[in-house]
Amino acid sequence: MADQIALEVTRYHPERDREPGLQTYEVPLRPEWVVLDALNYVKDKVDGSLSFRWSCRMGICGSCGMMVNGEPKLTCAAFLSDYAPGPIRVEPLKHFAVIRDLIVDITDFLHKLSKAKPWLIRKEEKPLAEGEYLQTPEQLDTFKQFSMCINCLLCYAACPVYGMDPLFSGPAAIALAQRYNMDSRDQGSGERLDILSHSDGIWGCTFVGECTKVCPKNVDPAGAIQQYKLTAAKEWVKSLLLPWGAK
Amino acid sequence: MRAAIAVAETDPSLSVAVVSKVYPMRSHTVSAEGGAAAVIRPDDSLDEHAYDTISGGDWLCDQDAVEAFVKEAPEEMLRLEHWGCPWSREPDGHVAVRPFGGMTKMRTWFAADKTGFHMLHTLFQTSLKYPAITRYDEFFATTLLVDDGQVQGAVAIELMSGRIQAITARAVILCTGGCGRVFRFTTNASIKNGDGMTLAYRAGAPLKDMEFIQYHPTGLPFTGILITEAARAEGGYLVNKDGFRYLQDYNLGTPRPKPVLRSMELGPRDRLSQAFVAEHEKGRTTEGPYGPVVHLDLRHLGEKVINTKLPFVRELCLKYENIDPVKELIPVRPVVHYMMGGVDTDINGATPLPGLYAAGEVACVSINGANRLGSNSLPELLVFGARAGRSAAAFAAERKPPGRHLLAQAVDEQTRLEEQFLHKTGGRERVSTLREEMQETMEESVGIYRSGDSLSRAAGTLRELKERFGNIALDDRTRTFNTELTSALELSFMLDVAESMVHCAWRRTESRGAHQRTDFPARDDEKFLAHSLVYHDGTGPPRVEYRPVTITRWPPAERVYGR
Repeated sequence: MADQIALEVTRYHPERDREPGLQTYEVPLRPEWVVLDALNYVKDKVDGSLSFRWSCRMGICGSCGMMVNGEPKLTCAAFLSDYAPGPIRVEPLKHFAVIRDLIVDITDFLHKLSKAKPWLIRKEEKPLAEGEYLQTPEQLDTFKQFSMCINCLLCYAACPVYGMDPLFSGPAAIALAQRYNMDSRDQGSGERLDILSHSDGIWGCTFVGECTKVCPKNVDPAGAIQQYKLTAAKEWVKSLLLPWGAK
Repeated sequence: MRAAIAVAETDPSLSVAVVSKVYPMRSHTVSAEGGAAAVIRPDDSLDEHAYDTISGGDWLCDQDAVEAFVKEAPEEMLRLEHWGCPWSREPDGHVAVRPFGGMTKMRTWFAADKTGFHMLHTLFQTSLKYPAITRYDEFFATTLLVDDGQVQGAVAIELMSGRIQAITARAVILCTGGCGRVFRFTTNASIKNGDGMTLAYRAGAPLKDMEFIQYHPTGLPFTGILITEAARAEGGYLVNKDGFRYLQDYNLGTPRPKPVLRSMELGPRDRLSQAFVAEHEKGRTTEGPYGPVVHLDLRHLGEKVINTKLPFVRELCLKYENIDPVKELIPVRPVVHYMMGGVDTDINGATPLPGLYAAGEVACVSINGANRLGSNSLPELLVFGARAGRSAAAFAAERKPPGRHLLAQAVDEQTRLEEQFLHKTGGRERVSTLREEMQETMEESVGIYRSGDSLSRAAGTLRELKERFGNIALDDRTRTFNTELTSALELSFMLDVAESMVHCAWRRTESRGAHQRTDFPARDDEKFLAHSLVYHDGTGPPRVEYRPVTITRWPPAERVYGR
């Protein structure tokens, strides 16, 4: 194995550049290094101005998602050796505005997440003194996978619909809405229906499931979206058939 | 997040600003794996949880704080359940509990082995429903605003724009976590740089018990990724290079096939990490590319148990170490994990500085004493986050809003940052060089074992590093998302924290819990049944004072495990 590998990294600085360009760095090709280690090597030893987000380096904080050779990846889990002999192209996540270098603006997602009402909604709260809401392991299993979302947004970068229609709530927000809808303790699914109505996006979503394929945590947002479509269609039919008072 | 919700619920007329250098769901609580302790079973009692905590902490815990903690932990955990936390369950639908190191009874609640992740996301998502809470995401705090002896806000850099602004407040709660990055091998994320500890310390609040640094016995070499104690609680063995369960040689009990509470692999973390060093000295560890290791053996648990109880352990080993624990041994070594010390607070999260509160790892209440028990830190941040939130809300309600003259302090801070970093000419030190030298110094002198000689040398080295920091030069002088500037500021926070650790460890001439002095191997209750309080002293070395430990019902005794 060669002992060096080339990284082609997006550089963009809004105070200086009109548009992003690529810069190439030679980095040591160590078997235990991931793309994130190589970026840190550049920042520490070569060029301190290279900017990117990272934190836990164990695939759980969701900070370090980037495009690696055109695919959305957590760079803490992308071994350099899997891309040998290189070069490896590292770019900011697709479908988001770039703030600088590899850092994208995710405020749109945070806004959409809030709209999905990702909290437990109860008609009546049980007093704490009466203990926990009972939930069997089987009931837990129905929503557990949706609760694994780390908000890394690889699914947004992979989603062809979000790329075309920024009003689309997007895979993670819908999966998290569904996480609460499916929770046996929740009674608020009726309040989460309108997250789909902000755009026609949902109907453009096909069964391709790019979002599910790129998810590093095996969440199935595509499944959540299909479930949601079904519910939304039922609600629409219901709204045609029932008088207002019965809804 | 817990504190913010507590403020919003205590007094909805107050507005709460959550200022964080990362999006809140990226915070390091996300990495906590094993669980959160709170008494829930009928065969358990609050007194037993308290005694385990106090003996685990080698009698350095304040017992009034521990009593409040164990009492309020169950209701806080239930509250989180009511907010939707996906706790693992028994077949009948009740919350499940598992055994954990140093605990006599099964009382550790868990959400598979991603407990911290689920707690953080539940709290973050729940916080979204409170209109009183406004988030300042990716704002990096550089200093506290202090006026008339009272803390009244902070100055922060808005990373996206690079703007330096004052955020004024009637009360401030620090919830910034620990500072593991002071060391080289750590389970801590890159954001754990002691920011909040140093902000408080520089503003005049003392740090407490900074010499007590927990090594977690089972980190992966190189990455420092944590393999949760739950792996041992579910029945994993620790073996040396001969395949021998070596803990039996260190007064931790006799090996049995099934895990026994407070015994062998379920002994406390300080004792297990110390046993590793002794084992290495006997030549019974295995040499790996990143130093000596022992092995964690989970193979006998079988694929099914590993997949249901420890899925994240398997995922981490497969993805980051290319090892399948179903079939292979996992190489592990002790790595820096947790700070027992932190900003001195009382039982309500209040620091000695009026208007300043702290909760979680950044604070030292103290319930963790000289060694924290696994699964006590997650309930700690709930119990004391809620307490700090309630008391800060009460404090704020009685104060007048801060005056506009405070904004002048933000201008001064902007000038300092420009002179020291952005507009500076000359300088030749790189952030990463100084950081690596600091980490090496700390690993050598304030590791699992310390001595007066190594500590006095470290104090000198840290002084030199602080001087060299004045000569730092950044490649990046721009405003937008300048992460080199934030790395430099984090380094300066860490240098202060590191110095406080060295001085506390130097002055404490005894061995207790996680603080082991080779030149003073015995515990000395006569002189050191006391908390260290370390004060920032301008440009000089820190000043250390002592305050007696609060003892209520459990007089100091010998720590006994495995019997």
